[in-house]
Amino acid sequence: MRNNLFSYNLVDTPIHRLSGLTKLIAFLFLTFAVMFSYDIRVILAVMAFSFWVLRVSQIKFSQIRLMVIYVIIFLATNAIITYLFSPEEGVAIYGTRHEIFHIAGRYSLTQEQLLYQTTKFLKYSSVIPLGIIFLLTTNPSEFASALNRVGVNYKAAYAVSLTLRYFPDIQREYVDISLAQQARGLEMSKKAKLRDRFKNALLIIIPLIFSTLDRIEDISNAMDLRGFGKHKKRTWYNSKSLKKADFLAILISALIFTATVMVSVFINKSRFYNPFI
Amino acid sequence: MDKYFKVTTRTIVATGLGAAIFMLLFMYVKVPSPVPETSFQTAYGVSAFFGTLFGPIAGGLIAFIGHALSDAVQYGSPWWSWVIASGVAGFIFGFAYKNTGVEEGEFKKKDIIKFNTIQIIGNLIAWLVVAPVLDIVIYAEPINLVFTQGAIAALMNSISAGVIGTFFLIAYASTRTKKGSISKN
Repeated sequence: MRNNLFSYNLVDTPIHRLSGLTKLIAFLFLTFAVMFSYDIRVILAVMAFSFWVLRVSQIKFSQIRLMVIYVIIFLATNAIITYLFSPEEGVAIYGTRHEIFHIAGRYSLTQEQLLYQTTKFLKYSSVIPLGIIFLLTTNPSEFASALNRVGVNYKAAYAVSLTLRYFPDIQREYVDISLAQQARGLEMSKKAKLRDRFKNALLIIIPLIFSTLDRIEDISNAMDLRGFGKHKKRTWYNSKSLKKADFLAILISALIFTATVMVSVFINKSRFYNPFI
Repeated sequence: MDKYFKVTTRTIVATGLGAAIFMLLFMYVKVPSPVPETSFQTAYGVSAFFGTLFGPIAGGLIAFIGHALSDAVQYGSPWWSWVIASGVAGFIFGFAYKNTGVEEGEFKKKDIIKFNTIQIIGNLIAWLVVAPVLDIVIYAEPINLVFTQGAIAALMNSISAGVIGTFFLIAYASTRTKKGSISKN
């Protein structure tokens, strides 16, 4: 189990200096742009932009190596099963059929399918750098205030900040309970049968849940004593005021989003870019 | 209806900590299934358990926050359609709140049936309707693929919420003081 999950590290770069609110808004604009569009040109542009921002924010490959591996596995399986389930999806979307060669049965390789799957692959992979930048350059305690300022109810935002605050504690407790149970002879390694391992995992979760229920009482009493939830609004200790650079960043991401929608509405006349007709 | 949607400090704290447990289990305590991109997630048992104890708001937010954060940590970005579906499932699980006798130390046959009916309805709506439809609308995934994945997710998450959730609730009920357990001489 990795312990430094949110490997947020403070480096002094233009991206780190932006307020959490700006980064959240920019993240939402850019990911919505990529999620909406199925135009390979637009996606490549956003992707190039996000890799540039990744460079500016000085994120090292060693920080994101594990994430990249997960993503590659995910994208590869997605590509394979998409083809297995729906080899003619591209043909259905673009309305034409240019066969390159026939494989077997209902499976053949068409230009349309190739374009659809390549676009999809790039579409998903271009969201990843955006998420990584947001996650690694935003102070977790600033995140809740940013959520509140984009309009999320502060109680919900506070719940998110509690999650981020207590995740490491709960993780540590899980490891402690697991080691204690193993010391008592509970088999968790590969030697045990899958069913037993599953049952033993449950035996670890039970004490974890009961100690958490106790902790919930403690924390909520402490918060009630300090008057949490008395007013309609609250202020945040960790919230930066917006500066010139913040407005510039919001403007750029809003422009990219608008441009993406405009390309789809006026040039492509649909979410898909169709070079076949 | 009011009893379901009352938000107290306790609800908020339960949401925060529940989401942390959900996130932990979602990442580490799962059994991969033979169908790609789906796995048997013990986390849904936890969201059903917390939903029953703290109501639909807590249940929904626990699954939503927990799923979104664990996706973000593992893949860099949440897969929104399934994150929303998780939230919907957790929200519906929450309607078992105050409908069972678990707080009074009673979680018997009738309560188990009630809890599981709600839980199965929640899973069917979330994984057979919400998740595939959003997958098609947001990501334009092939229709037969998303419905197959949805059906498998519905089945496995119902088993997870049913077996693990029921197990936790019985354990929890046995720690509560039973109603009328003290009698006057």
